[in-house]
Order: sequence, then structure tokens, then C-alpha cells
Amino acid sequence: MERRAYYRNGWLPWLLIGPQLILVLVFFYWPTTQALYWAFTLEQPWGGGNTWVGLDNFLAIFRDREYWTTVVRSAFYAIVTTGLSMTVALTLAAFVDRSLKGTRFFQSVYVWPYAIAAPAAGVAFRFIFAPESGLIGSINAIWPGIWNPAINGFHALAMVIVCHAWLGIGYNFIFFLAALQMIPRSITEAGAMDGARPFQRLIDLQLPLIAPTAFFLLIMNLISSFTDSFGLIDVMTEGGPIGQTEVMVYKIYFDGFKGLDYSGAAAQSIVLMLLVIGLTFVQFKWVERRVHYN
Amino acid sequence: MAQITIKGVKKNYAKTAVIHGVDVNIEAGEFVVILGPSGCGKSTLLRMIAGLEDITEGEISISGKVVNKLEPRERGCAMVFQNYALYPHMTVRKNIGYALKVAKVPKPERDERVMKVAESVSLVPFLDRRPGELSGGQRQRVAMARAMVREPKVFLFDEPFSNLDAKLRVAMRSEVRRLHRDLGVTSVFVTHDQTEAMTLADKLIIMNAGRVEQIGKPTEVYNNPASRFVADFIGSPAMNLFEGEFDAEGQFMHGTGGRFRVEQLNGVRAPGSKVVLGVRPESIRRTGADTHGAFPAIVDYVEELGASRLIHADANGSRIIALDTDSAELLSGTPVHLALADNSLHLFSIEDGRRITH
Repeated sequence: MERRAYYRNGWLPWLLIGPQLILVLVFFYWPTTQALYWAFTLEQPWGGGNTWVGLDNFLAIFRDREYWTTVVRSAFYAIVTTGLSMTVALTLAAFVDRSLKGTRFFQSVYVWPYAIAAPAAGVAFRFIFAPESGLIGSINAIWPGIWNPAINGFHALAMVIVCHAWLGIGYNFIFFLAALQMIPRSITEAGAMDGARPFQRLIDLQLPLIAPTAFFLLIMNLISSFTDSFGLIDVMTEGGPIGQTEVMVYKIYFDGFKGLDYSGAAAQSIVLMLLVIGLTFVQFKWVERRVHYN
Repeated sequence: MAQITIKGVKKNYAKTAVIHGVDVNIEAGEFVVILGPSGCGKSTLLRMIAGLEDITEGEISISGKVVNKLEPRERGCAMVFQNYALYPHMTVRKNIGYALKVAKVPKPERDERVMKVAESVSLVPFLDRRPGELSGGQRQRVAMARAMVREPKVFLFDEPFSNLDAKLRVAMRSEVRRLHRDLGVTSVFVTHDQTEAMTLADKLIIMNAGRVEQIGKPTEVYNNPASRFVADFIGSPAMNLFEGEFDAEGQFMHGTGGRFRVEQLNGVRAPGSKVVLGVRPESIRRTGADTHGAFPAIVDYVEELGASRLIHADANGSRIIALDTDSAELLSGTPVHLALADNSLHLFSIEDGRRITH
């Protein structure tokens, strides 16, 4: 059935969609065209005009070994963050779904982290993981140097990953719980009658049935890990120590605003944008072909 | 084969009691049907046997072993669910074989047992389909096969036919009966359909509002209902129930001055005490005016059943349903004479609805 609204005068519909259109154009398309402009041009040393350089900026970053290190690090960051966050969220959701004692309480409490701004969480986690105080402080007192994100790049990266994963748990939890509760109770009960223990039921029966949700979350988490880590890294490590927590978004910021290499940074952000578009495309393809059980 | 003993079992949800103490003995190899209106606690009782619900109070034992604290997998029961509860992402073969896979039965043996069971319920051509590609009756058979493949000690059926159409239901009924005859496994079957219950049961358990009303063979329950509830619930059309009292001559006074001659009941009840008299429609016959015990009634309407028909009539303000095999046409408003068959009258207390023996 076709549903359409007709307007007698031509300017009213434009007026109505105007505000949204202006928002989208100003905050999405204008920056994107700017980035494209920067990515394919080079500014003269003392300003005053850009020269068209074609793909030179891209070739420059692709030839840069350091850039590839950052890409690999970003991929590692994204995969570990996503895996950690989704595993914990699924575990919690599975417990809440089994309606053990205190379910209602946990159901609301687990969602809270999602409402916390990344930089705020970053500051909190900096204190939690500070090598000189708290729990870690006392562990460091026994085995000095076992944990120090300020000088150990791996520790620093782990700290940021844990914080990022923690922030995402609430979001993942809600989706997992909703998906689990969509499964008819009798299916898990039939599994129980067939002799399967809770963990086996989760693997054999519940997971396949929530696969579409899990896949959606996987893509959303990967995208978020690639693009949303800036706030955390800036607050927690500033990319350090010696650039070991520098991921793609942070490098864009650093090269562009600290290194003042606008063109290189713009080329990098185009690459990141293509990556996100690619992931989104995979997501849509999946949604189209999604298997429906009935 | 296993015997099931249910002793003083109660169930509360939070503070609401749904089962108020049930005592039942199920013999090994017996086919027991739990029958009751919706919300009477029959499914809850079944789920407590299965281990899907906690037992608030009392004891359930299977083969002499108390199972209150055992997980479903440790009880040796298999269950057929109302909505089949098939695993939608697995083929029929995998659905049936899942229990064996969980029990780590080696693959060749698993395949062989799945095939054997599939043959017995004629599912072989569908083994590689998913449940979504099957009809209701086929899904139902998959659910049964899944229960059978484990060779359980006890079969539990939770209203398994309620999603099937009438014809299929009758077919599945005889299928279940045949399986029980062949396998001889103790079976507990929950339903709200009394025809299903009457035709399947070795033993019938009638439940109402969380209590057992009567336990007995289907014919026993039909011929000697233990309470007004059972009398009303079993039998279609339902038993005629008249509230009234006996007069000094032993006649039963009902409605607005109507009287039944009930010689069979003479001396059972002192005059003046209120009771409920129950008469099945097939025990009321149409007679001539001069027949002994005949009373007048006005035909309200007639329900044609083909071989027989039901006369809905009014006798001094009491509604009566009588089964009539005479084919003479009766119009609404026709005066007729009816009489009660003497040997099939039931008397119930008006206070608690229990049967008054006579």
C-alpha cells in the first residue's frame, strides 16, 4: 500500500525537512567533503592555496610502516574489545534470563555503564588501574613493576581495552537479554528435558537462535571500537607510552592537530570511513539474508 | 517402567497457592490422564514431575526414589510440549537425536536409534527438513519421536494435541494409545478435553482449583462422579443438576413446585434438607403422560445430532436436557412428558458438592 502526503505549495515540505537537512549537511556532509578536499590536495608550506596531488597522500600513508602498525593495533583493539564486551554481556544476560535471584536488580544495574561518558569512565579507570595506589598498588608493592601502564605499552593498551569493553557491556547486555527473552521458554525446557545442562543449552539452542542479534552487535561493537576510542585514549594514555596505544582515530587526531599534517590526517580519516562503510555494508547484506525460523 | 508417587504436594507462586496438597499413586506402565479446566494446576503438577517447577511442599518419587531435588535430566522423564517446542534451527533428524547427542551416544548408534523411532512414527521422508517446513501433525510426531528416542521411564504429555484440528486429534489419540500399548511406558497426559481423557486413560485424575476431585477409571468416574464438579465436568452434554429437597412422601421438589418420583433414593435423605440431584441426559426419556413417574415439561428447542437429538426443555422452572432417539418432530413450545431412569440418579451435598452415597 502506498502512503503519501501531498502538499499544495512547493516550499512547505522543504521547510519541514529543512532543520534536519541543515543538521545533516553541516555536521556530516560538509566535514566529509572537507576531508575529501584535504585528502586529495596538499597545502603550500606557508598557507594560501592547495595543490591537487591525486592519491599521493594515500600512497604516503600506505608506504608508512608506522601507519600499518597502527592499523594492526586498531584491529587487535577492536577484536579484543568486542570479544570481551560481548562475552561478558552474554554471560550476564544468560544469567538474568534464567531469572535467578535478584534478576530485576541486575537487569537495571548492568545498563548503567552505558550512560557514562567515555572520558569520565577513562578518568575512573585511570585511578582503578593506577600502578601506585589501590589494589594494583598493593600488588605492585609485592612484585614491583608487575603492572605499570605508564611505561608498559601492553599494560596501557589492556587498560584502555578493558575500559572500552566495560562501557559497551550495558548496550550489549540489553540486546542479548531481549533476544534471549524472545526465545520461547519451552525450547530451553525441552533442552533441559533432553538432558542438556544450562551451558550446553546456551551453546546448542540459545546462541543459534539469537545469531542475528549477535551478528548485529558484533558489527556495532567493531565499528564503535574503531571510531569511539578517541575519548578514552586521550584521557587515559594520550596514545602513549611511546605511541603504543595509538589507534587509527587517535593517529588522525595526532597527525592532524599535533603534527599539523592536515592532508595526511584527512587521507587517514577517509580510510577509516571506508572501513566503517564496509562493515555497515556487511551488516546490511546479513540483514537481507537473515534466516528466519518459525 | 516406573511407578510415580505424589505425596502431599503443594505449589505456591510467591504467596499464591496454586496446588493445595495432591496425593496420587501412578502404577508402573499405567496411562494416567490428568483432566481439569484451565488454571486448575494440572500442567503445574506435570511440570513438577518433570522437574521444570520446584515443589513447594510434599514429595514426588519415581521408581521409589524421591526426585524433589533432582534436575530434569536425572529423572528419566521425557516430555511432549503443548507447542511442540522443537528446535527451529535443527533438522528433524537433529531434533530427535539431540538428547542422544547430549548423552554422548556414539554417532552410528545415534543414527540407528533416530531412524528406528522415525520409522515408528512415519517421519523418515522428513528427517532432513526443518520444523518450519512441516505441518502441525508432522511437528507433533517429531515431538513424540524426540521423547521416545531416549527410551525414558516416564512419558509426560502437556496438552500435546491442543494445537491440532479435530480430525488430526483423533488420529494422534489412537497413535498415542498404540505407542503406549507397544512400549508400555508409564505415561502422564494432561488435557482439558474430556473426550481425549476418557478415551486415553487407564486412570483418570480430575483436578479443580488446585485439588484432586476424583481418581478412578473413566467409567467409574462417569458412572459415580465423586462431586458435583466432576458430574458437571465429565460427560457431554453435561449432567442435569437440580437443586431441591425431598418432601414427606420422598418425592424430590425442584424449581417452582416441580416434583420427581425418585423411589431409588427413598430413605437416603430426610425430608426438608436441601440437596443437588444429578441425572445424565441419556437417563431421561420421553414417555406418555400415564407412565409411572412421568412429569410434564415444555420443549424449549431441539439440538439435532443425527442419530439422536437433545431436547432442551423447561419443567416447572428447572432446565432439563434429555437425549431422545425418537425421530418425531418436536416444535418449540410443545408439551411433553419425561421420566427419570431410576437406577442412574446422583445426589450431591449442596454445601461442599461431595457425593451422597446411596
